[in-house]
Amino acid sequence: MKPPSFVYHAPATVAEAVEALAAAGADGKVLAGGQSLIPLMNMRLAAPGQLVDINHVAGLGEITAEAGGVRVGALARHAEVEASETAFAAQPLVRRALRLVAHPAVRNRGTTVGSIVHADPAAEMPAVLALLGGSVRARGPEGERDIPAAEFFTGPMESSLRTGELAVSAFFPSTAGGTAIVEVARRHGDYAMAGVAALVGPDHARVACLSVGAVPVVVDVTEAQGDWARAARLVQERIEPEADIHATADYRRHLTGVLAERALKEAADA
Amino acid sequence: MTTRLFGEPVRRREDARLVAGNGRYLDDLGADALAVAFVRSPHAHARITGIDVDDAVDVEGLVAIYTWEDLPEGVREPLPLLIPHPALTHGRTAYCLAKDVVRHVGEPIVMVVAADRYIAEDVCERIHVSYEFLKPVVGLENAVEGPNLVHDDVPGNVGAHMVQEVAHRDGRAARDVIAAAPHTLEFRLDIERSACMPMEGKGVYARWDADDRSLRVYSSTQTSTSVRMAIAAKLGLPLPKVEVIAPDVGGGFGVKIVHPWPEEILVPWAARLLNREVKWTEDRREHFVSSAHERAQVQHVKVGFDDEGRVLGLDVEILHDHGAYTPYGIIVPIITSTQLLGPYKIGSYRVEFFSVYTNTVQVTPYRGAGRPQGVFCMERTMDKIAQYLGKDRTDVRAANFIQPDEFPYDQQMIFQDGRPLIYDSGDYPASLRKLKDLIGWDDFPAMQAEAAAEGRRIGIGVGCYVEGTGVGPYEGGHVQVTSDGRVHVSTGLTSQGQGHETVFAQIAATELGVPIEKVSVVTGDTRRFGYAVGTFASRAAVMSGNAIALACRKVKEKALRIAADALEADPADLEITDGMVHVVGAPSASIPLATVAVLSNPLRYAFDEEAKRATQFATSGSMDRPPVAEGQEPGLEGKDYYSPVRSTFASGMHAAIVETDPDTAEIRILRYAVVHDCGKMINPMLVEGQIHGGVAQGVGGALYEKMAYDEYGQLLNASFMDFLMPYVTEIPRIETDHLETPSPLNPLGIKGAGEAGVIPVSAVIAGAVEDAEKIVIDRMPISPSDLYALRDSSRTSGAVSLLRNTQ
Amino acid sequence: MHDVTLVVNGVPRHARVPARRLLSDFLRHDIGLTGTHVGCEHGVCGACTVLLDGRPVRACLTFAVSVAGHEVTTVEGLADGDRLSPVQRAFAECHGLQCGFCTPGFLTTVTAFLRENPAPADDEVVEAVAGNLCRCTGYQNIVKSVHRAAELMAEEGP
Repeated sequence: MKPPSFVYHAPATVAEAVEALAAAGADGKVLAGGQSLIPLMNMRLAAPGQLVDINHVAGLGEITAEAGGVRVGALARHAEVEASETAFAAQPLVRRALRLVAHPAVRNRGTTVGSIVHADPAAEMPAVLALLGGSVRARGPEGERDIPAAEFFTGPMESSLRTGELAVSAFFPSTAGGTAIVEVARRHGDYAMAGVAALVGPDHARVACLSVGAVPVVVDVTEAQGDWARAARLVQERIEPEADIHATADYRRHLTGVLAERALKEAADA
Repeated sequence: MTTRLFGEPVRRREDARLVAGNGRYLDDLGADALAVAFVRSPHAHARITGIDVDDAVDVEGLVAIYTWEDLPEGVREPLPLLIPHPALTHGRTAYCLAKDVVRHVGEPIVMVVAADRYIAEDVCERIHVSYEFLKPVVGLENAVEGPNLVHDDVPGNVGAHMVQEVAHRDGRAARDVIAAAPHTLEFRLDIERSACMPMEGKGVYARWDADDRSLRVYSSTQTSTSVRMAIAAKLGLPLPKVEVIAPDVGGGFGVKIVHPWPEEILVPWAARLLNREVKWTEDRREHFVSSAHERAQVQHVKVGFDDEGRVLGLDVEILHDHGAYTPYGIIVPIITSTQLLGPYKIGSYRVEFFSVYTNTVQVTPYRGAGRPQGVFCMERTMDKIAQYLGKDRTDVRAANFIQPDEFPYDQQMIFQDGRPLIYDSGDYPASLRKLKDLIGWDDFPAMQAEAAAEGRRIGIGVGCYVEGTGVGPYEGGHVQVTSDGRVHVSTGLTSQGQGHETVFAQIAATELGVPIEKVSVVTGDTRRFGYAVGTFASRAAVMSGNAIALACRKVKEKALRIAADALEADPADLEITDGMVHVVGAPSASIPLATVAVLSNPLRYAFDEEAKRATQFATSGSMDRPPVAEGQEPGLEGKDYYSPVRSTFASGMHAAIVETDPDTAEIRILRYAVVHDCGKMINPMLVEGQIHGGVAQGVGGALYEKMAYDEYGQLLNASFMDFLMPYVTEIPRIETDHLETPSPLNPLGIKGAGEAGVIPVSAVIAGAVEDAEKIVIDRMPISPSDLYALRDSSRTSGAVSLLRNTQ
Repeated sequence: MHDVTLVVNGVPRHARVPARRLLSDFLRHDIGLTGTHVGCEHGVCGACTVLLDGRPVRACLTFAVSVAGHEVTTVEGLADGDRLSPVQRAFAECHGLQCGFCTPGFLTTVTAFLRENPAPADDEVVEAVAGNLCRCTGYQNIVKSVHRAAELMAEEGP
């Protein structure tokens, strides 16, 4: 289980990184924390011809309060975001969700933006971004653009990031109302069999579900505000869980309902 | 007063180097060795039609590529069938490198030797093997039903078929007894595959010494002596020209007792051929698909019993999944068949097993080795009888127990060592009392009712087992006291974390009366001790421990004799304390054991001050006797062997309280209690450690771990991401209590302890979940998703009372 | 090939390696510190955990070239000369290891944890070691070892 060879780039600036990525085209891949990419390379399930290592790029590790939320730079490690009072003040759900991401040693190296870009529908941070209606800021040869979460996740491990584009930050908006995230994993720290992040305000309620679709599944349940059992049923109707070796589709659907009710209650009480 | 070390929680002598990062595991050796990787079959069943290496030969750093065609005589024959048995009529083993047909995903086809492992894997990727696909056989019942065959010449995929019968004392066969019994039950049980999964995979490192024409091989093995003989035989080398050493081994749990693994032959062969150091370090994916698994069985059970719950007759039919090959014979189903009886007097017994080939990784012993399945069967049976009769589950067990005054108790079967299944000692009623006290069995119904009032579901389960440990044929020990007063102990079997360096030193220090600091222990190094069997079946402490004790007694006898001469005393009046031989009650009349060692070796040449005392003009021995008395040898050393008439039988009982989430179906163990009897404990701290680790593996097998094969024979979870070995967060605190019923069979009165913890866990957890849910649990492991499905089907069938079978 | 220098256990160590060299292999094979063990090479088991600038990371999920110039502490760097660290001694004292293969990953993880949390509660200890697999001990004595290490550190002072 050793990774295949690749051409290594270690840009010092975002501009150099974008240049290297653009030159590499489809053969290029960004290396940030590497906690999802390197296992795939060690198993030789991924073999990017060129790696653009952004770990030496200055200024990408920042966590900044902005109007209406918090911006997390592409090199901010999960653990740093988790510990960040700035991030917590702007959006407490981020810290709570990060505590469910793998284990501390992985969070020390893995990046929050990397996890979002990896776009695993079983992962917490894509769901959180989707729930909150956040966005990803991408820099490409043609300049910078903000991609709303609703447009960012396009399929399992697929995003609307274009070839040659580098995700430089993610923006988690502050929200009115309470939030919560609950999940059930086989072992503590595993990808969840099902999980639900919820946001409940005075006049809106919605959830984002993990592991029950190709992308994080966001369901608006404002119509069932307060009747969380009914809201959970609405959620169950919207999801398309699949079976794997850990859980049947039926169980996932059931579990998502249970967790949706729990998450909504907790968010409403928060 | 002799040094009290036997029975004390002495700290481990291994740890100083291991916590400092100074352990030497297989891959820590051979910094300059070439690396090996294999092209392994991606298909479960296929005929190899071609191997194309054209793309690979130009890779920089490549040294050699080998296929079966390249192998010489000896290496190209099938690997040995280690334990033949008359019932194994169709035993089959693999080749070192596949010849024509591959029979499971992961079977090695091409061996690549390169400058490092990265390059070796690059080469593997560039080798193209073409296949003609054959129909894969996956799943026990599919295998038996046919028509597809794993081996063309094994009809019905049945490698072995064996029936054993123990008639009722009135002569009736079990099936007749059951037919006439007041009550009968009939059911099916399923257990899935798991695996040993030591944290360190296998590995082999070989050095050929061209000048000396000798081979030194390091292997992460549980049996270096046997690997040595296999290598010598396969490579056609004289045995004295091959040495095999097990360095620090990062866990074994059974998988490393199998030998020779293909790599244990191929790596030394390549090292000699290339005249270079060669090393193979198994990676985790290889370990999943090309080592061994265990556990999978389907059992069909019929039981007849009386109003008290006493079993009158038991009839068990077992389908045992053997995977693609049977290198370790049918030891696992034989152990299931025999150890199924547990601590009980079963009126009459019939057990029949079919050992079945499938296109999956081969099945060989994993800690417990067939016992977890047997205990699952018996303990589920006990629970069902209790449920049927409306009795307490522990009462039904107690009604069937062998009583303390009935030992030795002959179960009238043949055990895995080919010897009678006769239990040597035990006290099962006392164990059960201790267990019930420990877990609070009698208070549980009130606790359960209280929880129910809060909307919580909790349940309690219990499981009992008897474990044949310390199987023969033998082990040996060598003890040498050198003139510096150090005691050098060696034994041939190996260590994989059990703490043998510590417990064997405790034994030697106690026997010889020396400080433990003076004692050093070497295991698993054929340069030091050539005769051994290996470390498996909870046998190391019993076998080598007793052998070392016997060797120490020889040394002590000799030491006392020599000291008696020097002190002009009667040997019978001498004792050794803290390394000093002295007259009992007169410590001043003494001589250091170191000096005795000097005197034991009459010298012509002095090599240091101490040695002068033994030279020819310094000694004052009788001129009428030769310096080395007739029948004696120079040196203060001794060797002895321990070979038991039969196994010694440890036992234990576990209980657990679990909680199931009514909504999510998550299963949590709230409490786990163990009462354990392994005879006299050499080191209670290490015994507890063995129990903790065993239970943790048992919890893995009960709630988390299974090998998920699809219909094509692809292992879907060949990684630690998806094969769910428990972390700390999944393992409950384990509460333990001990009973010490000495074994009458060996000088130290000890029984084995290595495997015990794992054995009854699935049975215990199944019983507890069943109690919490009031749903029959007949299949393990059980996941939340499984429990959800069971709830669903029991709701639809309206069968909350499923437990109460009717005749 | 890349010239990579890391400060390992306080000493600059250099090797010329390909970009794909994993930090675990760099430590073990390029500079000969074999105390860091490799149990899965996909980041799950934690045996290869080392401290990167003081924080535990998976050496098998890190390219050496990517952390050039940084400080790495391995199990070999925990002792103070011949004197084992409190964490190392506690593991030996509490029988917190059996085969010892996973142990280096636990020791590095716990060392960093106790630095930040010198008097942890039981659930914090469990959380701290929850990313490391051990197949031998059943973890009970590992948890005990962590508490014992905290005690030793408190007794002995900084």
